[in-house]
Amino acid sequence: MARKLPRKDVVIVGLGWTGSIMAYELADAGLDLIAIERGPWRNTATDYPPGYAADELRYRIRHELFLSPSQTTFTFRHKMSEAALPIRSWGAFMPPNGVGGGGVHWNAETWRFLPSDFVLKTHLTERYGVNFLPEDMTIQDWGVTYDELEPHYDKFEYLCGTSGQAGNIKGTIMDGGNPFEGPRARAYPNPPQDQPFGHALFGKAARDLGYKPFPQPSGNMSRPYQNPLGVRLGPCTYCGFCEWFGCGNYSKASPQTTVLPALVRKPNFTARDNSEVTRINVDSSGKRATGVTFVDAAGDEWEQPADLVVLSAYTIFNVQLLLLSGIGKAYDPAANTGVIGRNFTHQTTSDVVSFFDPAKFVFNPFIASGAIGMCIDEFNGDNFDHGPHGFVGGGYMGHVQTNGRPIETTPVPPGTPLWGAAWKKAVKENYQSAIKPGTGVHGSMYSYRDVYVDLDPAYKDRFNRPLVRITMDFHDNEIKQNKFLTDKFAEIFQAMGAKQVHKEYRKAPYDITKYQTTHLCGGAIMGSDPTTSALNRFLQSWDVPNLFVLGASAFPQNAGYNPTGTVAALAYWTADAIRSKYLKNPGQLINA
Amino acid sequence: MQRRTFLTLAAWLVGTTSLTRATVIHNRVPWAPHPNSAPEMVRPGPWQFFTLDEARAMEAIVDRIIPPDPETPGGKIAGCAVFIDRQLKGPYGSNQGHYTLGPHTKGTQEQGPQSALTHAELYRNALAALDKHCKSTQAGKSFAELEAAAQDDVLRKLESGEVKFETVDAKGFFSALLKDVPEGFFADPIHGGNIDMVGWKMIGFPGIRYDYRDWVNRHNERYPHPPVSIAGRADWTPAKS
Repeated sequence: MARKLPRKDVVIVGLGWTGSIMAYELADAGLDLIAIERGPWRNTATDYPPGYAADELRYRIRHELFLSPSQTTFTFRHKMSEAALPIRSWGAFMPPNGVGGGGVHWNAETWRFLPSDFVLKTHLTERYGVNFLPEDMTIQDWGVTYDELEPHYDKFEYLCGTSGQAGNIKGTIMDGGNPFEGPRARAYPNPPQDQPFGHALFGKAARDLGYKPFPQPSGNMSRPYQNPLGVRLGPCTYCGFCEWFGCGNYSKASPQTTVLPALVRKPNFTARDNSEVTRINVDSSGKRATGVTFVDAAGDEWEQPADLVVLSAYTIFNVQLLLLSGIGKAYDPAANTGVIGRNFTHQTTSDVVSFFDPAKFVFNPFIASGAIGMCIDEFNGDNFDHGPHGFVGGGYMGHVQTNGRPIETTPVPPGTPLWGAAWKKAVKENYQSAIKPGTGVHGSMYSYRDVYVDLDPAYKDRFNRPLVRITMDFHDNEIKQNKFLTDKFAEIFQAMGAKQVHKEYRKAPYDITKYQTTHLCGGAIMGSDPTTSALNRFLQSWDVPNLFVLGASAFPQNAGYNPTGTVAALAYWTADAIRSKYLKNPGQLINA
Repeated sequence: MQRRTFLTLAAWLVGTTSLTRATVIHNRVPWAPHPNSAPEMVRPGPWQFFTLDEARAMEAIVDRIIPPDPETPGGKIAGCAVFIDRQLKGPYGSNQGHYTLGPHTKGTQEQGPQSALTHAELYRNALAALDKHCKSTQAGKSFAELEAAAQDDVLRKLESGEVKFETVDAKGFFSALLKDVPEGFFADPIHGGNIDMVGWKMIGFPGIRYDYRDWVNRHNERYPHPPVSIAGRADWTPAKS
């Protein structure tokens, strides 16, 4: 029997980016709140000091900062007819763990989605006609527009001290920025980071080909910065240990370096770490959440009552908690009914590995940051006419080389033996003169009727709860998109003077062992129709109005960008709705 | 939830996390250093996982995967076998943190490895099978006793699947070698391989130098400084008298 804790105004499940942002905003509004986090508390100073944070084996290869599959994992299959098997060690994606969540070990690539991304179904149907879309594609409009989110994107960028070059300020196209981005109210708070040799070369080649390259918006500081909460960040040193690592230099935006120092000073905020929420409790009507149940590290079970529940775990764990708590109708792809688990998506990334003459090119690939790079956006979203190509979607592409760490980044030309003297010689010859971008083609993956998550009938986690089962494969649309984008990307490296360009297309079937990104999306999506979405446009559950579900689980489909900027903007958008609307009149904000 | 589940859980947590207590954070940041946060240094010394025979075979194998050449030592001198020895003795060897519950069913390649064997068991079984295979086909000689060309030939047959072992997946063992040996060559020397940073020197990786602000804008110029490990550099550390 769970012991009951004193009631709180709000309980927040998961203290990553969205949980921290929401906690700060609601604490600022005077609410008494508690955040419950499955993993440990993490400090910049004590957990990843620069003296040993740069350990490729420990963090990149052995995944120390991540959730371990022994805690919980997922099962995977391509099709409903296949048997799903557990992911025993991480491959295609890696769920975060601990205070700060993925915000600790992300690259800090900080994008806004395109205005058309938020009205995708409407936009594509109007431009190409409804018959242009594949029959089983289930894309939807978000229910929120770019213009509505703009102030919230801005707020996140200024929280983080994002380094970048604006491309569109209030409708005026700015030289050197991304001309395709939606209008922004003001410039980024910091100028772009300096560009190493390879990135500068990519920018020149792209310009020569007629594109408009721009530096990637980055949460790595180009100069010292103090954010609006009074928290200070230091300048990035280009050490090349961002992605998968914690930044010990206080120069990568994370919850620890931007919001938590201000949040922990709020007397009405409490956090519990090493405690896993196992379900959301609802009253007998099923229409009202009464709090959550969690298990602490000693194995003791507790009930935390609260008036408002904010679910802000990683994408797929949000969906799992909804399914295990019986909130919302589970999606059934055969009948095409239900909402929890539908429109699950990942990503369609690919790369181009390029080999240059070692006598003429020295790239020093270890001089890097998580989000350093030159990008083009000509082939993202609907920035180009898809009519002749027979697919929809796209992605940004760029030379975003985040590291030269030698276990991961020792490319050799195709055809080289995998071991022995020839391999060793090729590694030595090419290390300084090869380019293997960390982000190459960062493509969208749209939603389909047969790509979804539900509860696995066979495999259980350590609490004896069913694992989440992923049913996912790439469809022809995504394969065509990736082929087109990868070919365009390769042309730029040819123009840079590469002697050999190797295209690594993303191919079907979907491979759970090959890392792409941790950008899983969907499963508890937002929308304007309760029969096809779990949440309304304020990320409020249609079924349980005192439950809000943050994160990329709300994306109806994935766009061709990294999600964190949009995830955070939505968190601010929801916080604003709670503060300005819900608290005055607690209940369903939208009457469907 | 049943009490038995809780007991299992508690045991699991004690075994796998450095912080076994859940803490309540209120009005303060818990500044106490993470107790297990500093890295553990691998110390030289006797084999911890491999038997002497296994170690001999492994030293021969790592020297064929990464052979010595006039400029750079091979896998053996670089400490790749020591690296793997310490890894197999540690959490990697016991598949700590992996999902290990059954049933263990072989699926498609894209569904990922499903073997019930730990990495330690894979090496133990495969090295025994390799020994048996070499002795029966190479006039009683073990792998380590073969000429380099014959060793390469055996390894190539493991790679191609031409040689199969009865007790364990030979090709899977070779895949593990292709992952683990280069890790030993390029990981920070604190893990027992990459001795004297030979792997980093070979390619020009400066290790964990941390601050390149003075070099980011010097395009197409080779970074000039030698590598630094988490343990520093020998020439920076005064010898004890």
